[in-house]
Amino acid sequence: MNKWECMICGFIYDEAEGLPDEGIAPGTKWEDIPDDWQCPECGVSKADFEMVKQ
Amino acid sequence: MNHIVIIGTGLAGYNLARELRKKSEDIKLTLITHDDGAFYSKPMLSNGLAKQKQPADLPMGDADKMRADLNATILTHTTVSAIDREARSVTLDSGDTVSYDKLVIATGANPIRFPIDGNANDDVLVVNNLDDYAKFRAVLQENSHVAIIGPGLIGCEFANDLAQAGHAVTVIGPDIAPMSTLLPTEVGRVLENALSELGVKWCLELTTSSINKSQNGYELLLSDGQTVEADLVLSAIGLRSDTSLAEAAGLECQRGIVVDRYLQTSDDAIYALGDCAEVDGLVLPFVMPLMNGARALAATLCDEATKVNYPAMPVLVKTPAIATIVSPPARDAEGKWEFTKLDNGIKALFKDGEQLLGFALLGDAVSEKMALTKELPPVLN
Repeated sequence: MNKWECMICGFIYDEAEGLPDEGIAPGTKWEDIPDDWQCPECGVSKADFEMVKQ
Repeated sequence: MNHIVIIGTGLAGYNLARELRKKSEDIKLTLITHDDGAFYSKPMLSNGLAKQKQPADLPMGDADKMRADLNATILTHTTVSAIDREARSVTLDSGDTVSYDKLVIATGANPIRFPIDGNANDDVLVVNNLDDYAKFRAVLQENSHVAIIGPGLIGCEFANDLAQAGHAVTVIGPDIAPMSTLLPTEVGRVLENALSELGVKWCLELTTSSINKSQNGYELLLSDGQTVEADLVLSAIGLRSDTSLAEAAGLECQRGIVVDRYLQTSDDAIYALGDCAEVDGLVLPFVMPLMNGARALAATLCDEATKVNYPAMPVLVKTPAIATIVSPPARDAEGKWEFTKLDNGIKALFKDGEQLLGFALLGDAVSEKMALTKELPPVLN
């Protein structure tokens, strides 16, 4: 499970937790999130996220 | 061919350029910046320690990468000294001019500073850009004592980041509680306590009378007569839109550069975006308004006139000591705050009857953010 960070606002998408409030189940892989999904904090696109180095 | 010139390469300038390139590969694009043109996100400056990032780690690309990615001319270390509206050109500090068909001012906002008595006024640091941040990190030693003047959003974010990294932090300001322009006092108190547990000391309802150099650092004299010793003094008392170029060019300015819903200034060839702009009376120096603005303006500049709409845009405050999300009610909103205390945190809802108009969620209450945001009216519709 990886974490992805928004390079604009620092919001972190954690694959393990998903985003249940947005209908993204825990365990949802980054690549399985729709391409038109936007950062819930700042509204940028998936392309503006980078994987968090563990 | 349309030549669009953007002054500024912050989040506003670069995001507009990216949105423009998504729309058109043909537009001729020039960006002008007084810094080195590295693309970085200003909000990331206030939690660099927690993220274990050095200033040099923060840019996502240097000017060369941005030139290639955006297929744009980027003039770095270049200051625009004037806008010639008649000639539709900008004058650079070198004396050269650059002509435009459409000009976008994205010069951001500058920290408010006012002189404080004493012999150390010039040593007070501000962090408003990556260069400032690099200077700040260069003088920050291990276990420094940092005095932060200004208990607002940026002051609180820095207080959290520094305290968590082991620095002693004292926050000073005239406010009754932290973030008083965004949070009701009851909620600010919860944030204050969470940061206190991390070791942050507060000198609230106090102003700084003087700052003088002392043997090991600085001595701040506060309005109640107490003194605070610090190794560094950071000022975070607020931001003011940078309207200097626009004002000198005779464009209408109030708190920011006055623009309509198309982000057009009082000159129909000149637009303003981001922290420098006052959109329909609102200056909102946050990321979401700027991203919404960049998308709308990119369309408008490609001849698809598009009004900027602002949905409800809650602001995430980077205070890991206690998660904090706030969507302040409009300035003139009528209603009242209702508070629900939680074991960890507080939920504050600003309501007019049944209509939710704003909220502040701390700690466990942040889980309700999505559901509550859906109930909020848009900021500009």
